[in-house]
Amino acid sequence: MAYKTHVGSLQSYNKGVIELDDDLRKYAFSNVFEVAGKAKPFERVAVVQNLQYVAEVVRAEGESPWFAAPHDEFAIVMDGEVTFTFVKLADDQVPSHEGGAVQLGAEPNGPRMGRVTARRGHQVLLPKGSAYQMSAAKPAVAIMQTVDGPVTVKRWNEICELGETQ
Amino acid sequence: MTVLDAKIEMTGTDAETGYSSFRLGSFEFRRDEYFAHVTWPKGSHIIEIDRFLRAMVRDIGWGFFYGWIFFDDIFGTTNHYGTVDIFAGSYDRGCKEAGIDLLETFPAEAVSEAFTTISQDWISEGYDPLNAPLETGTPIGKKGKERTDPLLRAFIAADRMLGLEGDKPVRREEDGFPINRAFADLDYDKPEIECEPGFEGQLHAINLFDHIARSNVTWNPSISAVTGGNICCVTSEEHMLPVIHGNDRNEWFIQLTDEIHWNIADKNTGAPRGRVVMRAGDVCAMPADIRHQGFAPKRAMLMVMENGTPGLEKRYASGELPPYPVDFG
Repeated sequence: MAYKTHVGSLQSYNKGVIELDDDLRKYAFSNVFEVAGKAKPFERVAVVQNLQYVAEVVRAEGESPWFAAPHDEFAIVMDGEVTFTFVKLADDQVPSHEGGAVQLGAEPNGPRMGRVTARRGHQVLLPKGSAYQMSAAKPAVAIMQTVDGPVTVKRWNEICELGETQ
Repeated sequence: MTVLDAKIEMTGTDAETGYSSFRLGSFEFRRDEYFAHVTWPKGSHIIEIDRFLRAMVRDIGWGFFYGWIFFDDIFGTTNHYGTVDIFAGSYDRGCKEAGIDLLETFPAEAVSEAFTTISQDWISEGYDPLNAPLETGTPIGKKGKERTDPLLRAFIAADRMLGLEGDKPVRREEDGFPINRAFADLDYDKPEIECEPGFEGQLHAINLFDHIARSNVTWNPSISAVTGGNICCVTSEEHMLPVIHGNDRNEWFIQLTDEIHWNIADKNTGAPRGRVVMRAGDVCAMPADIRHQGFAPKRAMLMVMENGTPGLEKRYASGELPPYPVDFG
């Protein structure tokens, strides 16, 4: 038997359903392609929150600002192709705030570490001690595993299914 | 909470079926050709043997996971991270009202040893409860030849990220992990990593879908990346989750491919609350006050995000933290 694997994309996704005798806000049901489709390029919209930890959805389109975090982050590309360019930070350049990515004013003046080009299904390490810039020639979608921080955008009421409480 | 200093005991062997029976604390376990039977001083319970074995080997492999693992509505375990409850009827209204429920607490090692011993005796060659039903034989019937290959496969748990030097490897063809039949239609290219001189090994990326597609087990996650206490787990799901999971904290599902149907019920009573159907790209929290059980008509890729911060279960149990993850303001 030949199986057909169903994946989603910005252009084509089929959102599921949530039918519960409960407050739907407790489940925060959303869809990464829908969220990215309504987001500005490189907004980092939280779709997962586990106390201080979040997963953010990013619509990659064009070139992003430079970001850095005081800990490892990870990106999973869900649609399209995203190139991550890395610059090594000096010790005193590594962000020292509690957590999450910060947006830098410009490319840091450290040495280029290299770059990673990732497509759907690829997971990329965004290592502590580096800054990174994302770029995408066409609109793409990534999920960022990180910490709730200065650039985390929260619009739960807009992205989640709220049912009758909406 | 009294922790019983008990170990698994074999209590006999059935001459007809060849299977042994066992005792741990007040619980007795035996099986026949079709069913597992659990008995305790005030009650007894019957579970279809495939369901029982699929639940038991995952419970061991998961290290009893987070919170409650219901083999069905009656029997299961609760993880206290060092000790484990075995319960029968403790979260079932009928059993509670009849006063026939039982809960006993054991060192985790004693339960792990007990479940491993039972599984090894009750599983014969040709049946692997970690495989999807279409990919393995049946556990019904008399005892056959004992398996010699690894019966249990625990979590693959990356320390930082899968595939990094010194960390856990990604699954590869040459290591005996072919792409599963259900994901054969996808392309599996590799990310391109271009390091400048002097930074070799500092940049890293993997094809996560390739890793998941090569999994030879179902409903058995591997940890792919870790940010502090935030654990990204990935898993391939086919047929049904053979347990009902009642978490002791909030967790999140991100559907990577295909579709999974989740039945949701109240954690304490089992009363149904409804269902969630997740399709590729969907994100849904599983609150800390529910039980959930998944059904995947076609093998699907799922990402689970857990907060593994030690002691979190006590903060939820005490009510310090609400049993849902998002403040809508």
